[in-house]
Amino acid sequence: MTSASDWEMVVGLEVHTELRTATKMFCGCANIFGAEPNTNVCPVCLGLPGSLPVLNARAVDLAMAIGVALHCTIKASTFHRKNYFYPDMPKDYQISQYDLPINANGFLDLSDGTRVSIERAHLEEDTGKSTHLGGGGRIHGADRSLVDYNRSGVPLVEIVSGPDIRSAAQARRYASELRAVLIATGASDGRMEEGSMRIDANVSVRRSGEDFGTRCEIKNLNSLRSLYHAIEFESRRQVALIEGGGVVRQETRHWDENVGATSTMRVKEEAEDYRYFREPDLVDLNPDDAWRARVVAGLGPMPAERRAALLELFVSPTPAQRDAVDAVIDLGLERYVHAASRAGVDAMMALSRVANELAGVDDVSRLTVDAFTETLAMESRGELSATQAKTVLADLLAGAGDARSAAAARGFEQLTGDSLKETVASLIESNPDEWSRYRDGDDKLAQFFVGLVMRETRGRANGRAVVSELEARR
Amino acid sequence: MSGLTRADVAHVARLARLHLTESELDLFTGQLAQVLDHAADMRSLDLAGVEPTAHPFGLVNVVRDDVVRPSLDHDVVLAMAPDAQDGRFAVPRIMGDAP
Amino acid sequence: MSAIDIANRVRQGERTAQSILDDSLRAIDERNGDLNVFLHIDERGARAAAELVDERVGRGEDPGRLAGVPVALKDNLCQFGVPTTCSSRILDGWRPPYTATVIDRIVAAGAVPVGKTNLDEFAMGSSTETSAFGPTRNPLDPSRVPGGSSGGSAASVAAGMTPLALGSDTGGSIRQPAALCGIVGVKPTYGMVSRYGLIAFASSLDQIGPFAVDVADAALLLEVIAGHDPMDSTSLPEPAPNLLAHLDDGVGGRRVGLVRELLDGADSAIVAAVERASSVLADAGATVIELSIPELRLGLSAYYLIAPAEASSNLARYDGVRYGLRVDGDDVAAMNEATRTAGFGAEVKRRIMLGTYALSAGYYDEYYGQALKVRTQMIGAFRRTYQAVDCLIGATTPSVAFPFGSKTNDPMAMYLSDVFTIPTNLAGEAALSVPFGRGEADLPIGVQLLGPGRSEPLLFAAARVLEREERAS
Repeated sequence: MTSASDWEMVVGLEVHTELRTATKMFCGCANIFGAEPNTNVCPVCLGLPGSLPVLNARAVDLAMAIGVALHCTIKASTFHRKNYFYPDMPKDYQISQYDLPINANGFLDLSDGTRVSIERAHLEEDTGKSTHLGGGGRIHGADRSLVDYNRSGVPLVEIVSGPDIRSAAQARRYASELRAVLIATGASDGRMEEGSMRIDANVSVRRSGEDFGTRCEIKNLNSLRSLYHAIEFESRRQVALIEGGGVVRQETRHWDENVGATSTMRVKEEAEDYRYFREPDLVDLNPDDAWRARVVAGLGPMPAERRAALLELFVSPTPAQRDAVDAVIDLGLERYVHAASRAGVDAMMALSRVANELAGVDDVSRLTVDAFTETLAMESRGELSATQAKTVLADLLAGAGDARSAAAARGFEQLTGDSLKETVASLIESNPDEWSRYRDGDDKLAQFFVGLVMRETRGRANGRAVVSELEARR
Repeated sequence: MSGLTRADVAHVARLARLHLTESELDLFTGQLAQVLDHAADMRSLDLAGVEPTAHPFGLVNVVRDDVVRPSLDHDVVLAMAPDAQDGRFAVPRIMGDAP
Repeated sequence: MSAIDIANRVRQGERTAQSILDDSLRAIDERNGDLNVFLHIDERGARAAAELVDERVGRGEDPGRLAGVPVALKDNLCQFGVPTTCSSRILDGWRPPYTATVIDRIVAAGAVPVGKTNLDEFAMGSSTETSAFGPTRNPLDPSRVPGGSSGGSAASVAAGMTPLALGSDTGGSIRQPAALCGIVGVKPTYGMVSRYGLIAFASSLDQIGPFAVDVADAALLLEVIAGHDPMDSTSLPEPAPNLLAHLDDGVGGRRVGLVRELLDGADSAIVAAVERASSVLADAGATVIELSIPELRLGLSAYYLIAPAEASSNLARYDGVRYGLRVDGDDVAAMNEATRTAGFGAEVKRRIMLGTYALSAGYYDEYYGQALKVRTQMIGAFRRTYQAVDCLIGATTPSVAFPFGSKTNDPMAMYLSDVFTIPTNLAGEAALSVPFGRGEADLPIGVQLLGPGRSEPLLFAAARVLEREERAS
């Protein structure tokens, strides 16, 4: 009798990422998400008779950037046609790279120390998008479908990993790290919810030491959560099938998020015959050394390196701090933490403010690194309370210049010097009993006086400053 | 001889989304076999080690700048459509998923 | 009147573009009913273009080198708003929302496009008989074919409807009908003329080229349409060649190869015409060398796998989803199939299936892959030959214009009529056909001049020598 623990899953991922170019892969139509249907289309991306593709140089730059970031060999490459009929594919063939991809033989290191090999990362064009009417919006059971070609011809890079992943958690880690790398290269915005990064998972199971089992491909996983659960489900399904005396069929499967299960989409024995051949409308691609050097020069450090640099600011980071570091690196916001830390602000405080206050913001460009550092410095010096500092950061993100003016505009000018002294003195005078008890050593009464000062000044005083004034008069 | 069969022709017709009647199947099988038989001269050559030429000239790295150009007018696009709805091209139900 | 004469007179104000157009439309009106040359006559567009030319002359501007010259367009060239069918039912009613680069260029040079000419469906054929809209008749003998696939464009020039026409040549589709109609036709070096807006048959072989009554007019039209186009990735990165300036350079000191394989199986009158043409070139100072290029014999086999393979992919897009014909079906695949089955004619279906087969799993290496290697061999053979000679001479076709129906039931016999023209397309090189002598039934013979890529100046100069001799005799 074998137990489930004898089983090992073998997973390889195919990640499609849309490239952040201004225009499509082979024509000058805008590459933007969410436009009115069929408004960003032209003879080329509609596949009109007589139209011809011309390759977008920026798409090549970004594909090469991905290759460099994934330690691939960048090679001379060609384009092929993959022939099959589908209504969202206007030419009824897809232009893709086949036996000679632009990037091959790379790897991606995960934080758990695993090295996942990258077999290839090649360029291809995206298809249009169908909407299904009737049948609850699902393709099956629909009466009719409507096609929008705005996405047709958007440049994609497909990144194919080796079968090196051994758990659902590791698959998620790989996808998450890859996403961070894609964002860092500028190649992708990483927005899985908008479909700009889509994952297919090849899953098989085997008993330890055995050869690879028959794999199933789960298509179009569009969140890290789906990826994790789909792989978990699929590997368990295969184990149960084999243990029940069954055989895994090679097939394409669909993940149903609502049901939490995969189901057969298409059995492979229907033998797709894509009749690949060289795309005669395009010429070979062979970036020279100068082109490669330009791409390399434009690349900053990758997430792993940046993560290590940020972690150096903490003596022995807690798991929560590590999570915050990961989040800040994913967001590409670590420059704020580094700058604040250099200016003497506590790194933990800076990390926490970035992870919490900047994380949900789409565009942080209005908040300068200097304004961020100054806000936190004011907080450290007791000139702003924590709540006030957060309000100031929010104002700065929304478009108000420097920290001091933002604080002033909110009326957060701290009561300092003589006016603070005067306020404290007058409150001591009107509360003689409490004051004498405090002088006799009842420290708890400090909070009583801080509360009074806060009420009197409508929060414009700093608690610590009040306490030190009380101490001075004790 | 090419050995092309009626079943082969039926298979490629399916791949190419063409319907053939029984008599067309017979006719085309004969005609295509004739062309393939003519290619026997070429198939019998030993060309191992010869590089294939997919393209007559060796142009390389032909690219364009990533600059937006005007798209087609939406009405012009949809005016071509045999059937359209809600600004999109309409088609009968799709039976299979994309590969 | 030649195109050069017309343009000169219009530019100098001696004739108006509109009066030239009237002559052209009258000639079309007289014979189009019998000959079926034009599928669509764009009278309104032509009048507007001619008017514009006259206005520019009136303002003292130069409308360009083709000022007021009526030009016929093969109906596989896209022109904004003008029906473009490729002679196929599948595109019936489609009006392109854009214009081919070559049409933009001739219009910018003052030409007046008058309409779209008949062709074999999707340029697949050698007689114009596969057109879904009926065959075109040869103006020199209406019981015979004009050749194909650019039969309509050749007939337009031969019938005096337009002094110039544009065609496309994938395996001989300009040179062969030019030969059969007794006019000049040129297949330029691959990449010299932009393919943007040319509806693809076989992308690695297709090239647009001119038809004209004489060599000088053909040179002028090629100069106007040639030159780099950023919309075509396979467009050569260089300006148009200088042809007219070298037209009278002659062939003194040139080495001309008389190719045995380009005469094999040709009518005796055609062999005699080519031999006589060779001696004319020799008399003009060329050295003529008889030679053999055995690889050329493999051209036909390679071509009839490569061209259908590319075509099977290029023609997949006619699926009833976005434009053109749609025949309903229960689901989208059934609709695709019903549309394609009703929309394509037999020859197109034949080639789509042949190409699909050549590319399919299990047969690729044997057919398509092997054909690509033959292509390599052919290019190598030409290259070696051009170390010994500057250009080649041979027949354009094995026979003169043949009667309707004589080859329609035998695809292989039809394919053999391209045997002399195909090798140039496979090699991406240059060739032209110039009328020289008469054959059976006093019908014209075309002599073919072939050269390496970018050899057009030499080929035109040699053609001019033959044309002079022909006119003198």
